[in-house]
Amino acid sequence: MSSSTTAPRRPRGAGPTEPDGAVDHGRGPRQSIMSRSAAMLVMGVFTLYFLTPIWWLLTTSTKTGSEITSTVPLWFTANSFGTFFDNLARLFTYGDGLFGRWLINSAIYAGVGALIGTIVAAMCGYALAKYEFKGREAIFNIVLSGVLVPATALALPLFLIFSQANLTNTMWAVFLPSLVSPFGVYLARIYAAASVPGELLEAARLDGSGEIRTFFTVSTRLMAPALVTIFLFQFVAIWNNFFLPLIMLRDQALFPVTLGLYAWNSQISQIPELRILVIVGALVSIVPLIIAFLALQRFWSSGLGAGGVK
Amino acid sequence: MRAHYGKVTAAFAISALALTGCSAGGDSTDAGAEAAACEASDGPVELTFTTWVPGMDQVVELWNEENPDIQVTVQTGPNGNSGTYQNFFNQIQAGNAPDLGQIEYDALPNFRVQDGLENIAECGDVAGSADQFVDWTWGQVTFGEEGSVYAIPQDSGPMAMYYRADLFEEAGIEVPTTWEEYAAAAEQIKAEGAYITNFPKTDVNWFAGMVWQNGGQWFANDGESWDVNLTGPESEEVATYWQDLLSEDLVSTLPSFSDEWNASFNEGQQWTWVSAVWGATTLSDGAPDTAGQWAVAPMPQWEADSQEAGNWGGSSTAVLKGSEHPAEAAQFALWLNTDPEALALANELGGLYPAAKSAADLDAFAGGVEFYGGQEIYDVFAEASANVDPDFTWGPTMTQTYTDVSDGFGAAIGGSGTLMDALAEGQQQTIDALKAQSIPVNE
Repeated sequence: MSSSTTAPRRPRGAGPTEPDGAVDHGRGPRQSIMSRSAAMLVMGVFTLYFLTPIWWLLTTSTKTGSEITSTVPLWFTANSFGTFFDNLARLFTYGDGLFGRWLINSAIYAGVGALIGTIVAAMCGYALAKYEFKGREAIFNIVLSGVLVPATALALPLFLIFSQANLTNTMWAVFLPSLVSPFGVYLARIYAAASVPGELLEAARLDGSGEIRTFFTVSTRLMAPALVTIFLFQFVAIWNNFFLPLIMLRDQALFPVTLGLYAWNSQISQIPELRILVIVGALVSIVPLIIAFLALQRFWSSGLGAGGVK
Repeated sequence: MRAHYGKVTAAFAISALALTGCSAGGDSTDAGAEAAACEASDGPVELTFTTWVPGMDQVVELWNEENPDIQVTVQTGPNGNSGTYQNFFNQIQAGNAPDLGQIEYDALPNFRVQDGLENIAECGDVAGSADQFVDWTWGQVTFGEEGSVYAIPQDSGPMAMYYRADLFEEAGIEVPTTWEEYAAAAEQIKAEGAYITNFPKTDVNWFAGMVWQNGGQWFANDGESWDVNLTGPESEEVATYWQDLLSEDLVSTLPSFSDEWNASFNEGQQWTWVSAVWGATTLSDGAPDTAGQWAVAPMPQWEADSQEAGNWGGSSTAVLKGSEHPAEAAQFALWLNTDPEALALANELGGLYPAAKSAADLDAFAGGVEFYGGQEIYDVFAEASANVDPDFTWGPTMTQTYTDVSDGFGAAIGGSGTLMDALAEGQQQTIDALKAQSIPVNE
């Protein structure tokens, strides 16, 4: 784990020098051990900090409502296994399978939204990087300023606009705003500029390929790592989006899983049995995110490497 | 109190005007304005109803079966202060609010001041149904204005004292009937290694219920502007009382309704809970191991031989501004909150304690409750309900008031300041908030 990676720098380390070789002059072995353990300590603390809540979520999901306080926290009980599946079964059957519905909604919002959003961002960024036209920089700067505006601030104006179009309380109300990603455009432009050679496009044109065909067959392949990154970012952002659905949706059947769990959580004082369902539901709702990351990070790292070699 | 109610309308109208003046593009429909008669629509009508009472969709199903021409769709969301109220305001602004919405009593003045409610006094039997509801709840939905009804009372939360009958008896401590005896019992219980109760620092509406019992008034409207009075003698008495218990560590300060809180009740660390009628199921769900050992008595009194009760919580069903079918909406709201079958189902599925007087005749509230040793606890609450002061008024910015006072309570428990300081601070913040919204307020 430690020997194969490049030597860790000190936390406030040596400025911009790239850890690109085994050059270790000016760095004694003793200091190296100290800095290494310091780095490990910092990483260890953060790992613990981030994983403890998930661990709590996992262990608590295997308890019944009354066991939450009466048993050892952060550890399992004797019949954890059975209770966990019991809880799962109740989660998916409560309210006519409402939770399953929410999961599917989230999958649609996040999956389809991120896919289309990525394509739009890629085309946009590619066009800004590869075509010269008047006002290009102005458009790019406007898009870039969109990165600075938090999505939450736009939710209310969006609600009023969607009200005019009679689209509130429909899937479109959450879906359409999810399609745009200024950050995705920014990333796509930077990446397209660096990784899609103009000569290659010239060659494609000479061979008689249309611009759109070139984009989909040549450029998107070269841009793949950036596209995966944009897709992941969008997927996570839409999956975790809460405020927009809260404002837009009134029909429980349209809720994404975040809003659904929030609504349940706000009703715990009336229906105490929801407490455990919210906890198990929260655990289930992070599983797709973990799967998305594990499945896509392969493309991600290998792609980034390939881009670097060019 | 009642004498100056007639003028209240004017003040409400002024503040409503001031507000609509600020908010852009308020082209709200005129349907159901003060004078307009409430006319029934021709043909079939579809209504939407937003509520967070569990199981309300099934109650509405009863209505839909019997009324093919007035079909109601239930929409559920988080509870009011967790987002639904803000959504109502956004939707009223955009002109697409649901026809009917659940609104707690303490939030109604906010909707009234911002002109978010239809006056349904002229609709069907609404005006004549005042007698069907517990007096104080009707006062909440009319604001004491002449010829006005802005919502139909749904449920209420009259308060009483849950106590561990077994522990009191074992320890030979008398069950307190006055607050003085309650404080004395607190010391004896502390000596037994437990707490008499938990002080809920974040539930400012619980504290308001205590002040309500003591005859205090936090808000009043003199016809021109609002009075804010969080620090009157009644409030001061209540604040000083609980401050003393807190200072002597005679009450615990766990976060209400949390797991620790439940556990504390379940393990016998809490001997009493002065709470609302809906607390009966909270207790039986949260402290299952103590089944059969609880009992209910009226709230301790400030003066021996009096019979005052406070109230904690409760909601109304309001017809929101812009509804195209206020007549049908009002008709539905009235049915929902008076029909015996609907009330029984709403109680069974949603745990509602109806604001309708006829609730006392429901099977659900007759007979003994096992968890409470077979005691007929709902008789105690029915009596408490009749003893709630009907004139208590909520202010138009309760969410803000709750937050500010709750912050102060938290600080007081942490050792800086007192509960009274928190109320004084909350008072000032509330006056500032009203001014910021151009709502006239006396200083």
